[in-house]
Formats: sequence, C-alpha cells, structure tokens
Amino acid sequence: MSASVSAEQTAETVPTGTLLSVTGLTKHFPVTRGVILRHQVGAVRAVDGLDFSVTARETLGLVGESGCGKTTAGRLLTRLLEPTGGRIVFDGRDITHLRMGQMRPLRRDIQMIFQDPYSSLNPRHTVGTIVGAPYRLQHVRPENGVKRAVQELLELVGLNPEHYNRYPHEFSGGQRQRIGIARTLALRPKLIVADEPVSALDVSIQAQVLNLLEDLQDELGLTYVVIAHDLSVVRHISDRVAVMYLGKLVEMASRDQLYALPRHPYTVALMSAVPVAEPVRSEDGTRQRRERIRLTGDVPSPLNPPPACRFHTRCWKAQEICRTQEPPFVELIPGHQVACHFPENTPAS
Amino acid sequence: MARWPRGAASPKRGEGVTTEALQAAAARPANTGHSGTLLEVQDLHIHFPTDDGLVKAVDGLTFTVDRGRTLGIVGESGSGKSVTSLGILGLHRGSSARITGEIWLDGENLVAASADRVRQLRGSKMAMIFQDPLSALHPYYTVGQQISEAYLIHNQVGKKAALQHAIDLLNRVGIPQPATRVNDYPHQFSGGMRQRAMIAMALSCDPELLIADEPTTALDVTVQAQILDLISDLQAEYGSAVIIITHDLGVVAELADDVLVMYAGRSAEYGTAEDIFGRPAHPYAWGLLGSMPRLSAARTERLMPIKGTPPSLINVPPGCPFHPRCGYTALTNGRSSTEVPELREVASGHLVACHLSASQQRQIWAEQIKVNL
Repeated sequence: MSASVSAEQTAETVPTGTLLSVTGLTKHFPVTRGVILRHQVGAVRAVDGLDFSVTARETLGLVGESGCGKTTAGRLLTRLLEPTGGRIVFDGRDITHLRMGQMRPLRRDIQMIFQDPYSSLNPRHTVGTIVGAPYRLQHVRPENGVKRAVQELLELVGLNPEHYNRYPHEFSGGQRQRIGIARTLALRPKLIVADEPVSALDVSIQAQVLNLLEDLQDELGLTYVVIAHDLSVVRHISDRVAVMYLGKLVEMASRDQLYALPRHPYTVALMSAVPVAEPVRSEDGTRQRRERIRLTGDVPSPLNPPPACRFHTRCWKAQEICRTQEPPFVELIPGHQVACHFPENTPAS
Repeated sequence: MARWPRGAASPKRGEGVTTEALQAAAARPANTGHSGTLLEVQDLHIHFPTDDGLVKAVDGLTFTVDRGRTLGIVGESGSGKSVTSLGILGLHRGSSARITGEIWLDGENLVAASADRVRQLRGSKMAMIFQDPLSALHPYYTVGQQISEAYLIHNQVGKKAALQHAIDLLNRVGIPQPATRVNDYPHQFSGGMRQRAMIAMALSCDPELLIADEPTTALDVTVQAQILDLISDLQAEYGSAVIIITHDLGVVAELADDVLVMYAGRSAEYGTAEDIFGRPAHPYAWGLLGSMPRLSAARTERLMPIKGTPPSLINVPPGCPFHPRCGYTALTNGRSSTEVPELREVASGHLVACHLSASQQRQIWAEQIKVNL
C-alpha cells in the first residue's frame, strides 16, 4: 500500500499506517468592525484545537450539531481553508501551510464529496466534462483517453456510461450525488473527505449511496473522513467516531465502543435524542414517548464560547469544576478518549 | 384504533358522511373533543397541468384523522405529501391545480366551499407548521406581529390584546423572556426558536387540525427532540388532531398513532403505528424500513435500499406504481404491471394496496425482511 510506504519514509513524524494526523488544528474567523478603520473585534472560534489521526483504509466519522465546526474541519483537512493554528500531516508530509500551487499536486490524493448535489455540479457542463475535469486540471492522460476513463467511472458508481453527454438537471438527486462521487474518484485519491454526503437525499437513495461508498472503499482501498449530523448514518459507515461540540472534540472511540457505552454526557444526550423507528405504547394503548434526556436551549455561539468545559451550560452533571477548569481530552480506556470531568458509564457506576 | 371510513371499499359515499360527521361534531362536548372524526379525505385528486404533461401529484387518496390523534404521512420526496397538506388548507386555490374529490373538515366539504369560507377556516380551525421556518417567517416583521396577525383577523380584539396573546403563546412554546423576544425579528432567533415561533403562530387560534409539514427536518437532533416533545405536549393539552408529514420514519414512530405510507400520490399502506412498524405488508414499506440506518438494533452489514428512483408523476408506471422497483413482482402473475391494486384490509384497520396475498406478505416480512433489519 503506497500510503504506508511513504509514511515509513518519514517515520519520525507519523506512525506507520497513519494517513492523516491532525494536532491542535484551529480556525478562527475574524469578526471586524468599521469600514476605513477596520479592526478586529473578536473571532468565531469555529475549530478550536482538534487532535486526531486517521489510519489508511479506515473511516472516521465526525458528528456534531450545526455550528459545531465539523464542516470547517473538513475544509481545513482538504486545505480549502487556511488553518489559524495547529498541524495537518498527510501521508508523512506537513500540509498545514502549503500555498495553493504547492497544494495542487496533493489534490490528487485528497478529494472531497460535497453535501448538496444540486449546487456542486455546474449546470452548464455535461456529465463528461464534470467527471473529466480532474484529468484536465491535473494534466493527467488516462490510458484509453478521458472519455473512456469517465465512462468507466460512471459505471463504477452505478450510472449508465451512455449518459456521458447529459446535463446535471437530467438526473435525480441520488444520481447527481453519484456523479459527484465519480468526479471525486477520477484521480484515485487516497483520502476522501465527505461532508454530509447523504443528508440531501431520500432514505431509499441514502441507503444506495451509503452502500456505494462502502463498496468503493473495499474495492479501491479508500480512506474516508465522513462528516455528518446523523448519528445512525455515522454509525453505519464509520470504523471510528469523533463527536464535536463547539469546535472541540468531546469524545472519540471505535464505533462499537462509542455506541454501546457513550461516556460524554453530550454524546449520551445526542443519542437519546435520535427518534427510534419503533413505536412505544403503554398498557392502556396510549401513545408513549421514549424516555430521553432533554437538553435545554441551543448550542452557544462560537463567537463567545462558555469558559472551561464548553458543554457545562447545557449539561445536567455540571459542577463548579466544569465552569473553571477545562477537562483534558484523555484516554479513559484504550482507544476511547473523552473530555469530561464526570464521564457517564464509568466502570464503577 | 385506526378508523378508516367504512366506505373505503366503495369510495362513493355521498351525503351520508356529512350528516354523520355533523352529528358527531354536535354530540361532542365543547372543548373536550377527544374522539370522533375531524378530517376525512375522500378520493382526493390534485393534478397540475404543465407544458410537459399532467402532473398527478395526488391521485385518489383517502384517509381520516380523528380528534386527539396524530396521523403520520410518510413517503419520499415527490410522493405528494406536501401537495396533500396544501390541498387541505386550500392553498392551491388560484394556482393551476385541478382538485377533485372531497375533503370534509368537521362536516364541511372544503373542495366545494367558497374561497372566503376556506380563508375563514384557515388559521382558525386548521393551521400549518411549515418546514423551513426561515423562509416561512417574514424577515421584515417582528415575530410578535406575525403571531398576532391571524389572531387579529379571526377575532374581534385590539392590537394590544393580540400582542399579549402572542407573548402568552411564546411563553407556552418555551421561548425565554417572551415579553422582550416578542419584538425581535426572525433573524434574531435561532433555528429551534424560529420553529417554536412558527408553532406559536399555528396555535394562535386554537386550531382543531394542525398540519406539520416536515417540522423538524431543518433542525439538529437535540432541538428536534425538543420540538417533537412540544408538539405532543400541545396536542395532549389542546386535544387537536395532528397530521405530521415527514420522510423520517423515526419521527413518525415517536409521534404518530396512525401512519399513511404514500407512494406516487397514492396510499400504499395505512394502519396504526404498530401495524406499519411491527407488521408492515407493502414492499415499499419494507424498503423504507430496510434502507434506514439504525441506532438501536445491531448493525447489519449492508443496508437494503430500494432499487431505482421514485417515478415521474407525469408518467406514473401502469399497474402498481411501485412495480418497477419492487422485488416481488414475480409472485403476482404479471398483475402488478397491468392492474392497479386496490386498498384492501389485511387486518382490522390495516389497509394495503398490493397484489401479494396477505399470507405471502406475512411470510416475506417474517422470513426475508424482519430478520435482516
């Protein structure tokens, strides 16, 4: 596997098998006042210190509510945004502050699937032009010509290769998402960052695309970072799951560990909030609602996040220490990291 | 118990419905109505002529909603869910839509009623919570003005009283400091608060029928849970009938007493929530349940998606509209592509439009579908 080979070459920075490693990744968007005397009055702390790594051929799921910084994180990984701080090491190479020109050759290896299949395809281009664009931009000449390569890609994602000359509006949402995936795959990337790849699709189509992503991973040895708000989708597709809240990771573990025994109160609340497709009825036949943890209020503004533990304003376990001291992101048990002073489901309880 | 109009087998019921519904309404003690049919939709067709052909958005839909109960309407985009709800509210009037059939709201046929009469009922007797609170709220008016608008129109009250009413409603839907927030503009509210304001607006005249069209789709799960709790608390308090339209089966399972599964503008299956989730009989319902990634059950290796895509409503496939995507057409001796399946009762109150026999349905569900969920 090429990923691990090149990682070994620079073994001092990245352990073998790690394709992507991120330390202290930060992105602050400045908030300014004034027109002539423009000055910064604050910052939206969209991403505020992320540490994680992704092993080759695995899928890391990144979940959180809107405004938690998960999309910003994805855009930092693909270097569509310039990080404020921290370090991104991809395949043994520090890409944190590469300039656009330096980044270009790397774009072959890092690709992105976008959320909205309606706005991420140019309506005036044919499918052939859209899916073939990466070849043109990277000056790659596929063996049997671009047209042939594109048709093979279309077939790979389950579209009819004869649709080469059609326009995006002739396709349904699910098919458009497949076109986007075909474009992503054109240059055989190592890492794919998928930002809400199925949230715009109907349930039945969602399942088709999720299955496709899994098949492609097996076939092509891809590594995914999947960003999503839907805990069930993330559970289905991920090997490891990281939960974000207000720009920080609060919990990260293997999928089975996380879903079986969530430790962070926020993760516990998130999971109990997901509606379950099994109706509950009490003895007398009246409709029952599932017992759930009710989080009050909304996510606080990242412009002015709460001090110390960022979740303390909505947490039912919060105590004085949560308001004064930030909980470290520590490994409670091997492979299970949590940032909380009073984690749930601890072995003692 | 799910109540299906007894006339389901013979759609034309005539005037008997009206008097019966009127009597039911008259017999109901004031403000404590917890039983009886409130809304009855009979053989509803909503067609839109377009340059490309006739779009049959709703094509022969029949269902009822009782007071105090919640009906969940599920289906993919383009199955006619939202068109149905707009049709009930009379919001297709003035457009090119051709509406036939009957919509009985508490003894009045809304399809035949005058535009003025429907306008009187809309906002007072029936109200709607829209999907996207940001585009459904007017950015130029304060939240208070928008909530009190319907109250002012339908009641003989002054502006001050209406504003106080808006404050009370905001308080009821759980907005902190309602007396000050009432003067805020929608952009000053968060997504969840906007949806709460929308609910307050819908409740302003104590509607007997509340239609919620994808009320939580635009919201995060934790906020979604808050809104679902709120809707069901309010229903218990006001005793109104609720129609909740959604593509999320989880939301339906949480809220609905009865479920209508729509496909290509028709009903595919109708029954209690237990029927649809515990013993679904239509292959489309199986497909929906199989496509859904789950949080609760042990993870299956693969999802079981429905093949293909929903049909165009201009060229609905002949016979059973679902047959091109159905995996069990071989069992129907070719009837599925030629004959439109009638809704028939497979168990009390559980209706299915499918050519498979009830025993085939039970067998396939138990042996092939349920074990893989």
